[in-house]
Amino acid sequence: MSVLVYIEHADGSVKKTSLEAVSYAKALSEKTSEGEIVAVALGSISSDELAKAGSAGASKVIHVNDDKLSSGIIQAHAEAVAQVYKQLGAKTLILSKSSLGDAVAARLAIKLDAALISNVVDLPDTGSGYKIKRSIYTGKAFAETVVNKEHKILAVKKNAVDLKSDGADAVIETVVLELSADNFATSITSTDKTTGDILLPEADIVVSGGRGMKGPENWGLIEGLAKELGAATGCSKPVSDIGWRPHHEHVGQTGVKVAPSLYVAVGISGAIQHLAGVNSSKCIVVINKDAEAPFFKAADYGIVGDAFEVLPKLTEAVKALK
Amino acid sequence: MKILVCITHVPDTTSKIQFSDNNTKFDKSGVQFIIGPYDDYALARAVELKEQLGASLTVLNVGEVETEPTLRKALAIGADDAIRVNTFPKDSLFVAQQIAAIAKQNNYDLILMGRESIDFNGGMVHGMVGEMLGMPSVSPVMKLEIEGNTVKMAREIEGGKEYLEAKLPLVAGCQEPIAEWKIPNMRGIMSARTKPLQVVDPLEESNASEVISYQLPPAKGAVKLVDKDNVEELVRLLKNEAKVL
Ligand SMILES: Cc1cc2nc3c(=O)[nH]c(=O)nc-3n(C[C@H](O)[C@H](O)[C@H](O)COP(=O)(O)OP(=O)(O)OC[C@H]3O[C@@H](n4cnc5c(N)ncnc54)[C@H](O)[C@@H]3O)c2cc1C
Ligand SMILES: Nc1ncnc2c1ncn2[C@@H]1O[C@H](COP(=O)(O)O)[C@@H](O)[C@H]1O
Repeated sequence: MSVLVYIEHADGSVKKTSLEAVSYAKALSEKTSEGEIVAVALGSISSDELAKAGSAGASKVIHVNDDKLSSGIIQAHAEAVAQVYKQLGAKTLILSKSSLGDAVAARLAIKLDAALISNVVDLPDTGSGYKIKRSIYTGKAFAETVVNKEHKILAVKKNAVDLKSDGADAVIETVVLELSADNFATSITSTDKTTGDILLPEADIVVSGGRGMKGPENWGLIEGLAKELGAATGCSKPVSDIGWRPHHEHVGQTGVKVAPSLYVAVGISGAIQHLAGVNSSKCIVVINKDAEAPFFKAADYGIVGDAFEVLPKLTEAVKALK
Repeated sequence: MKILVCITHVPDTTSKIQFSDNNTKFDKSGVQFIIGPYDDYALARAVELKEQLGASLTVLNVGEVETEPTLRKALAIGADDAIRVNTFPKDSLFVAQQIAAIAKQNNYDLILMGRESIDFNGGMVHGMVGEMLGMPSVSPVMKLEIEGNTVKMAREIEGGKEYLEAKLPLVAGCQEPIAEWKIPNMRGIMSARTKPLQVVDPLEESNASEVISYQLPPAKGAVKLVDKDNVEELVRLLKNEAKVL
């Protein structure tokens, strides 16, 4: 038996959240004795990158090296993963929650007649039955869910387990699959992507700015601190609504849900819809000139002060640490 | 052209989430229910497409009788008729089965949903329905135009967007800025009272998963404030106490 993990890559690098999914699968298998961890990767990607799945806990990587799969066509990815899963005779599929992962997992649930549990935050309890904890109400609560199907797909939230890097080399096996034309009914005509930046949903540290930053011309201060911290940048919804920052940086209920180790919020009031996107962060720092800003109630550390004074000093202090 | 929009009936985004009956039931007291914010974007785009293309627009909810005011609101915003599948929406697979069954009877050209519900946040129902109906499913969609039989879309991906094309019929999970939320006007509210709202019985229950108990996250401790003239102290705390640097 084995556990299959769907791994994604962006611009030729395996996503860190996908490697976390591999480590999750490994920890799961140690608990449920489901055998070896097999990762599946679709499209062109180097074997060095695939080898990272080995360190994270996989003993084998199945590489479907078909260039048609290099872009994330939802139906085609679902069909390819389903074929690999069936050939392996796996009972469990693990993946990390993402824009593509969610869309692919939903179709897979039907193809594999599997129960799909999303937003998984912990390993299952298999003492009696199969119980799993998942986050609901946009991080405001958890639900203990019993899974009754033999086949299971778990879409794991960031930070559900620690990423491991002590595994051995994985065997990489290249396979060819038959994928009919119907699976390519949607075509990607172009992409518009900032490359080189740290991706917000993957980031371990996030620095976000709100309306208190007064205008897009001041974002250099946010970016300066982010650069020193090795962080991704985010923003509140009004900031992306007015067009100061791109939509994919907007954090919250209707935007990206982040789960970094450190979230730094500058000039953001802390409306409940914003908090919904950050409440899984390990540590929250708030910088706001208003001591009554609601965000302080959700923060671990805070500075009451003017962002324009505090940010340059803080950036210097972080620099001095190195 | 026939458009279906699937809407959820969910607690307002400012609601305090609480549970009752020994943490086995959602506590509805004092909670106001709304159309899911993403579903509201889907509905807003559907109303625009209806006007632009002369399409018919049906809204659908899988839920018990308490969801009818939410369906009426969708009618007031501009849907022509509503369907309620009369059952508790116990999990996403079950909901997807109900939606797919209605869709099979009515042959919609376009099925719009929200990218995710804000109660269970699965982001799964659209993909499941797409697979059940043998249609492409695309999510999260932030732009959607129809030209003849072709749908042109922008989909949000990590760090940007991708542009896609597909043919109708299609299922899409929507998010902003696909359209601006629409607020019902007086005429809409009046006409919604007499628009048809059909109640249908559910298909047999599937039993894939079941929630047995709920839990709230542990309460957050008090914030530790650092003086604005002593930012070095904050850096020290983040490094030595929180251990995040
Ligand atoms: C259905 C729904 C969904 C929503 N989804 C989201 C979402 O996903 N994400 C989101 O962010 N919002 C969301 N919102 C909006 C949310 O309710 C708030 O309006 C929004 O988060 C406020 O953004 P802000 O904190 O940047 O701006 P404001 O509320 O205007 O706050 C600005 C803050 O900056 C501080 N400030 C001003 N000047 C300075 C300075 N010089 N130095 C330091 N601090 C300063 C102020 O004290 C204030 O606290 C949603 C709303 C609804 C109704
Ligand atoms: N009970 C329901 N009734 C109608 N539509 C639903 C229901 N539950 C989910 N949906 C639709 O499916 C989308 C995704 O939901 P989910 O997979 O639960 O995140 C929602 O935004 C709705 O459009």
